[in-house]
Amino acid sequence: MHATVCDYIADLVQNAVEAGASRIGLEIETGPVQVAVTVSDNGCGMDAARMRRVEDPFFSAPGKHDQRRVGLGLPLLRQAVDATGGTMEVRSAAGEGTMVFFRFAAQHVDTPPLGELAGTLLTLLALPGCYELTVRRRATAGDYTVARHELLETLGDLENAVNLALAREYLAAVEQELETASRIRAA
Amino acid sequence: MSKLTLEALRKLRDAKRKEMNQRDTSAKEIHIVVGMGTCGIAAGAKETLNALVDAVSAQKLGNVLVRQTGCMGLCHSEPTVEVAVPGMPRVIYGRVKAEQAAAIVEQHVVGKHLLDSHILDRPAVDVMR
Repeated sequence: MHATVCDYIADLVQNAVEAGASRIGLEIETGPVQVAVTVSDNGCGMDAARMRRVEDPFFSAPGKHDQRRVGLGLPLLRQAVDATGGTMEVRSAAGEGTMVFFRFAAQHVDTPPLGELAGTLLTLLALPGCYELTVRRRATAGDYTVARHELLETLGDLENAVNLALAREYLAAVEQELETASRIRAA
Repeated sequence: MSKLTLEALRKLRDAKRKEMNQRDTSAKEIHIVVGMGTCGIAAGAKETLNALVDAVSAQKLGNVLVRQTGCMGLCHSEPTVEVAVPGMPRVIYGRVKAEQAAAIVEQHVVGKHLLDSHILDRPAVDVMR
């Protein structure tokens, strides 16, 4: 079981990168009622037969892992969503891509905390590969968008440790600003 | 608090680069690879990666690349970190929390001394396959 919403987000975005997606969208919305996340990609997608097994913990896409046949990402998410009165939806078409949406009830006692979003986004934006990741973050007091290509254009690359530190500083600043404004508004 | 814009980020980057160029003369790249499989993340690899990035930035080292990889087959000792410094053996460290991450940068990358207490053997070749 993952400890934070960020852990589920990381799992889903990694899946999208591994599915060969060139464009990935990540939307994260937090508010007093719900925590909602959508991950959409234009990767290899899944056909109807594979979709039927997508929440089976004893199934993993052939070729995805050398040594194991289990895939716990979506089954664990389903378990957490069901335990907290949330909802979840997976849509996919072979050759077109996949969209995963999940929503936790914000006030449920078992809803996991959001987690450290800036650090999580940093690891997702810096995954090896050629893909565009657009993060749209919305909270009570406003929103912000981070696009991977903009960070790459600004910093040069996201493997150099100093660039990574700068990227995290940027992500932490925009997230902190939104969080603080939302907290003030809620009060 | 004023928002840190991409333009401000670019200026920060330029200032950092200037600082690096004045200090850093050895162009050979140092590679640090962090195991970010599910096992690594569950054990705190994200915090480890962030600590490595912080430590490298604090040391003003402009030639260090930090990359992510999947499970290295050493789930019992996550978070795992592989370090390749030119002229030194390639080493995999295990149980690397934030504290050890900082020590890896200070002792191994900068001081050229291995952290003996956290060195792991590589997995057997058949396991790697």
